[in-house]
Amino acid sequence: MGNKIRVAVIIPAYNEQASIAAVVNSVNAIQPDDMSLTPVVINDCSKDSTKQIIAGLNCVPLNLPINLGIGGAVQTGIKYAYDNGFDFAVQIDGDGQHPPEHIPDLERAMQKQGWDVAIGSRFIQNEGFQSTALRRTGIKYFQGLLKMITGVNITDPTSGMRMMNRKTMQLLYSYYPDEYPEPEALIIYNRKGLRFGEVPVQMSERMGGESSISGFGAIYYMFKVTIAIIFTYLRK
Amino acid sequence: MERVQIIAIIVSLLFLAYVLWKIKQGQLREEYAFIWILSNLALIFLSVWRNALELFAHMFGVIAPPNLLFTGAIFAILIYLLHLSLTVSKLHMQNKTLAQEIALLKEKSGNRG
Repeated sequence: MGNKIRVAVIIPAYNEQASIAAVVNSVNAIQPDDMSLTPVVINDCSKDSTKQIIAGLNCVPLNLPINLGIGGAVQTGIKYAYDNGFDFAVQIDGDGQHPPEHIPDLERAMQKQGWDVAIGSRFIQNEGFQSTALRRTGIKYFQGLLKMITGVNITDPTSGMRMMNRKTMQLLYSYYPDEYPEPEALIIYNRKGLRFGEVPVQMSERMGGESSISGFGAIYYMFKVTIAIIFTYLRK
Repeated sequence: MERVQIIAIIVSLLFLAYVLWKIKQGQLREEYAFIWILSNLALIFLSVWRNALELFAHMFGVIAPPNLLFTGAIFAILIYLLHLSLTVSKLHMQNKTLAQEIALLKEKSGNRG
C-alpha cells in the first residue's frame, strides 16, 4: 500500500440511482498493482435515492445540501482530493459512460508526456459509443473554436473523463465553472500554462438518468459555452 | 396646490416612511436603503416644485419634460438592476463555497447524513 499512487475517482451524481452503484463497484473492481483508487461520489442534492445508495457503497460520499450543478459538484470532489493529499484526481460520469478501466491509461500518459491534465477522447480511435450526429456537430464546433483561440487541437472538448495532478487541483480549487465546465476548463488550462493532451478511450451509452443537454437546452449550451470560452480567454 | 400634487406628495411620503420603517426593522441594509431614500427625496422634490421638471428639461434641451423624467428614471433603474445582478452573482459564489464546505465537513465528522 505504501508507495502506491493514490487516485481519487470523482463521480458527480445527480439523480443517478439507476447506475451509481454499478459505477462505484466497477471502480472498486479494477484496483491496479501500482494504484489505489478511491471513489468519491458527490451527491448533488439528488431528489431520488442516490444518497441512500451511496451510503452503503465502498466509497467516500459527499452530500451537498443544495444543488450546485455539475461544475460545483466536481469542484467539491477536487477540494476533497486536494485536502486529503491524493496524487491524482480523475473525474468520471455517474451514469456509466466512462469505463474506469481507462484510468491507468490516463495516468500512464500523464507520467510519460509530463502532462498536468489528461482527457479521455472518444474521437481518436473512433471506437465505442460515438454519440449522436447532432452532438458530434456541436463537439466539432467547440473543437474548431478552441483550436482557433488556443491553437491546440482537442478532438473531444466536452469529454468529462479527465485526470489531473495536484498542480491542476490547486488551480481548480479556487475557480471551476458551474455549468457545462468541460470546454471552458480547457481554456483555463491553456491560459495558466498547464500541459494537457488526450488519450483514446471507449465510452458507453449512459446506463440511466438523463442528459443535461437536450432541446432548447442545447441552444443555450452552445451560446453559454461560446461566451464563456471567449471571456475566459480574455480574462487571462 | 393641485389635487394630483397633493396625492403625489402623500404617496411619496408614505413610501419614504415605509423605507425608513424597514431600515428600523433591520430588514433593509443601509447600503440599499440609501438609493431608495435618495430617489424618494427626488420624487417629493418634483411633487412639491412642479416647474422643476420643465426647468431641467429646458436646460437639457428636451422638448417634452416627461421624457426627461422617463429617460432618467429608466437609466437609474437599469444601473440599479445591474448592481443587483452583481450582488446576486457574488452571493451565488459565496453560497457555493459554503455548500461545498458543509459537504466536506459532514464527511470529515463522520456524519454522512
